[in-house]
Order: sequence, then C-alpha cells, then structure tokens
Amino acid sequence: MDIKTFKLSIEIAKVHLFSKPKQTIVAMLGVTFGIGMFIALVSLMTGLNKFTEEIAMTSSPDIHISHDVTETGKSIIEGLNPKGINLVYHQKPKSETAKIRNANQIIEIIRRDTRVSGVAPMLSSQVFYNYGPMQLPGNILGVEILEEDKLFGLRAKMKQGRIEDLLSNHDGIIMGSGLARKLNAKNSDRVVITTPQGFTRTLKIVGIFQMGIGVVDNVRSYANISMVQTILQQDQSYITDINMKLKNLHLARVVAPEFQAKFGNKSEDWETANATFLTGVIIRNIITYAVSFTLLVVAGFGIYNILNMTIYNKMKDIAILKAMGFAGGDVKNIFMIQSLVIGFVGSCAGLIIGFLLSYMISIAPFNGGDVVSLEHFPVNFDPKYYVIGIVFGVATTSLAGYMPSRKAAKIDPIEILRGQ
Amino acid sequence: MEVLKAHKINKYFYEPEKFQVLRDIDLTVNQGEFLSLVGKSGCGKSTLMYVLSTMDTDYEGELEIAGERLTGKNQNELAGFRNKHIGFVFQFHYLLPEFTVLQNVMIPALKRGDKAHKEIEEMAYEKLRILGVQDQARKRSSKLSGGQQQRVAVARALINDPDIIMGDEPTGNLDTYNSNLVFDIFNELTHTYKQTIIAVTHDEEFARKSDRIVEMSDGRVVK
Repeated sequence: MDIKTFKLSIEIAKVHLFSKPKQTIVAMLGVTFGIGMFIALVSLMTGLNKFTEEIAMTSSPDIHISHDVTETGKSIIEGLNPKGINLVYHQKPKSETAKIRNANQIIEIIRRDTRVSGVAPMLSSQVFYNYGPMQLPGNILGVEILEEDKLFGLRAKMKQGRIEDLLSNHDGIIMGSGLARKLNAKNSDRVVITTPQGFTRTLKIVGIFQMGIGVVDNVRSYANISMVQTILQQDQSYITDINMKLKNLHLARVVAPEFQAKFGNKSEDWETANATFLTGVIIRNIITYAVSFTLLVVAGFGIYNILNMTIYNKMKDIAILKAMGFAGGDVKNIFMIQSLVIGFVGSCAGLIIGFLLSYMISIAPFNGGDVVSLEHFPVNFDPKYYVIGIVFGVATTSLAGYMPSRKAAKIDPIEILRGQ
Repeated sequence: MEVLKAHKINKYFYEPEKFQVLRDIDLTVNQGEFLSLVGKSGCGKSTLMYVLSTMDTDYEGELEIAGERLTGKNQNELAGFRNKHIGFVFQFHYLLPEFTVLQNVMIPALKRGDKAHKEIEEMAYEKLRILGVQDQARKRSSKLSGGQQQRVAVARALINDPDIIMGDEPTGNLDTYNSNLVFDIFNELTHTYKQTIIAVTHDEEFARKSDRIVEMSDGRVVK
C-alpha cells in the first residue's frame, strides 16, 4: 500500500467524521457505553470472585484427608453371598473412632511428595463453650500452630495476641472473634469447655483471630494437639485430619483421589469442598461475559448501521473517487479508518467511564453482615480487563465496519455515474 | 499523434436478455482533437465512452491509450492509469461536498502523489484561475452555483495534465450561459494547450462547434 494514498484516505476519513459530528459522537457513545459497562461489570464480578476464592482458600486446605466414619462398609451378607441380590435396610455404621491410622507415617510420605509444599496434622472435635449457665456449640482444632500458619497464613488473621503464645501455654487457645464476642471474652480470659463425652476443662485465651467468614469466626478455636488429645482422652497418635497445600493448587483435583486410593482415607480437594462457592464464580463469569457481549454487539450494530447509511449517502463520492483513480482498497480504507477511529476513541472513553464506575462501586458502603466481614464491595482493578476491553471494543467495531467498507469498495462507479 | 486507439470493440448486455450494444467499433483519436460523440438515446455512445474510459472492462476488442495497451489489465492497475492519464467531467459535477473547492481540485494530484503538497496547491490555484473560479478556492464546494461547480469539476479533471478529458454530457445540466462558458473552455484547452477531449453530448450546437463529430446508431459508428 502506498503511504501517500493512505494519508489521503485518512484525510478524507477525517473530513467525513468531522462533517457529521453528531452522528460520529452517537456511534462512539454506543461503544463507550458498551465498554464502560463491561469494565464496571467485570471489575465487580471478578472482585467478588477473587474475594470468594480467597475465603475458600483460607477456610479449606488444598487437600484435606480425614477418616469418614459415616461411610457404611460392606454388610456381612454381601461377603457371604456376593453374586446374589442382597437387601439390607437401614444399615448403621460400626462404632469406629475418627482416628487416621498411622497418621504420622502418612504425613512423612506426603511430605516427601514433590507436588506438596506443606502438610500439617490436625485434630478436631465438637465442644461446648460454657458461658455462665449457657452452652454454646462450637469446635476446637488441635494443631501444630506454626505448621498451620504456613498453610493458612494464620498470623495475618490475628486480631489480638501472637500465635507463638500458644506454644508457651499448654492450655492456651486462640479463639475466633465472633465466638469471643458471643462469650463476652477478652484476651487472657479463661473459658470452660465441655466435650460431647462430658470431659470438662478450663482453658486460657491467648489470642483472637478473624478470618472474615462467619461460619469460622463464630465457632472455631485453635489449641495445641496434645491438649485436644487430653480433653478427648486419647493417646498421642490420635489424629483425625491431615491438611496440605500443593505447589500448584489446580492439581488438587488430580492428587486428592490418588491419596485416597493410596491411604484408604477420605481425601477431598478444595474445589469439591467449596463447590457451592465456586458455582457462584462460574455463574458470575457467565453473566458478566453474556451481558458485556450483548452490549458490544448492540454497539457493533449501531456502527454497522451508521456506516451503511454513510456509505449509501456517499455513493456518488465513492463513484467519482474511483473514476479519478482510487482503487477499491483505497475506498475500503477510507471507511475502515472511520470505524476504527470510532471504535478506538469510543473504547478509550469507555475505559475511563468504566474505571470511574468501578471506583464509585468500590467506595460504596456495603455491609456483609455476620456472614462475611466486608465494608465495601470488593472491586478488581486488574489492568488485564482494560486491555481485554479495548481489544474487544476495537475488534467489534472493525468487524462491524468491515462489511459496509467492503461493500463500498465493490461499488461499480458506472452504475452511479450514468444512472442520472 | 494518436492518443486513443480502439479496435473491434464489441460489448453485450445480458440483462434482461442478451443484447449487443457495441458492434465492431474502430476509433482513433489524435492529440489535440475535440471530439463529440453523438447519437440517439440507447445508441451506445455513453457505453462506448465508459469502455474508452477504462471503467468498464467487460468488452471484447482492443483498447490503447497513450501508447499503453489497457485491455486485460485489472481494476487496480486501471484505477492508477485513470488517475494519471484521464480526466472526467460528468453531467453533474460530483464534487465532494464536505471539502473546499481547492481540496476537491487537489485530490487527484494528492492521490497521484508524485509532487509536494505545496506544489499541488499552486497547480490547483493555477487551474482554478484558468477556469475563472480562483476566488472561490477556500469555499466549501457545496456553496457554489451549478455553473461554478462544473467549472471546478473541469479544473479537477485538468489537475494531473491528463492525455484525454472524457465528458459525459458535460453541459447537459447547465444553462446556455454556462454551457457556452464550458464549451469555450474546452475549445481553448484543445487549441491552446493541445488537450484531447472526448465528450458525449445531446447538445447539437455543442457538437457542431467541436472539431470532429462521431455519430453512433444501434451500436455502430455511422459517421
């Protein structure tokens, strides 16, 4: 393509755009609105997604191994009569402890696995927290607190006290902020707990944590493993859960079944554990892209329409340009340049509008209530989406502009020049 | 010197049914000739002119302009050729309404792109001066009267110093005063500047005053 002709095409396109400013602005506004809404929507939706994903990650390990005692085994009759039709109604599980056998050996094996970045044993139990005559149900997790911190970043969640305080206090606990509020308890207060088996013990609060999720903060406390083993009146090898983090968390779905087969205990990945949360993420993504796509298609039709009209009105101009020596490609350039300018300027304005909208959303007060600790909507300002926005905007407009431009390039000048 | 040579030009229309519109046309035009192409409506004179102008490529036969054989070239090559060698004046002026008079005259030269912008502007002023509309140069072309617009169109046709100017009823939409004006300009161009002009016309007086009349009937040159 020769540069001088291209410059001339730009010049002609410029005159066309400026000679009908209203029409040009309306076409641009279509794109601006589409891109602006896309940015605002995607910022809010991905912000929400990131927030829920973070919650999912803090509240559950990549893979969680436990002994599922509620799973019913094979009944005796099936062993005796394997090929027959056996019906066993209301089969109950055997009396079993929730203990993972050989937990320490399992941990050692997992620790040597190169895909695993951290592993920690855990011991959980239902307990009642006594508050005067009232008993509040909750649970207590026996952990190796430093390992737990490596997995879940507990240190950053501490509101009062330090996690190391748990190591120096054998009968210390770190309590969820919601639970502490309900018990009207402060740091270094004492609290009496009762196990379902009836064992009672007084423990000292050495710290308060807040995860930001009601279901955790309102019921959970952390204690030393040996303390929980004591209150459950179990021996030192009594471990009910093994948690681990992987180097690549998306491998969890593959690794979990492998461990389940290897160790014979129930092994669950984080995506399965948080299926409800993550379904929300998928739905939000679908909505975001469906709405944005619709908006942009509408804007694209607007541009298509306006360019078609422009070209219809400029048939004579196109014919004379061709007579004077403009090739079809030169004519196509004139109109493609117009649609690209509309698309680019409209998209840039859209990015600005989108940024302002998402900024306003991000400062709008929003009370997450008891469920999540939120003061404002979580909004994602990732520049990636601004790049997607402008690429999307320019691509739609050039597509919308291409068809009318090609039509202009194919106009036969003779039909128009001699038709009159 | 021959500027245009057409040999055994045949052309058919296929809609609504096959019909031969040009039959074995041979035509030679010399430099500096002012040729009027006349004939009744439907005799094929406009069709012939569009074939000669290179815009219509759907014909049989041979066409040569300025020593270059044009039959068989593709649309883009022909567009480039028209830009350098052919100027057009139509019944309607076909100026680009959003551009100034000066810009309209400059566009073919800018498209040709072998001169500096400044130089092209001076050339355009010079052509406008010859046509007597240089004082309108900075106005939007849509603001001019019909006669002035047609003169601007002639200036535009002249800007690249073409070998031939082709006119399709160049005075067809003008009053007597402006018709005479355009004719006088054409006449001056041929006699002073040795410009070759081929004009399709209905205007008998226009044809009569020109150097050579080619009359067509039923797709043939009869005189």
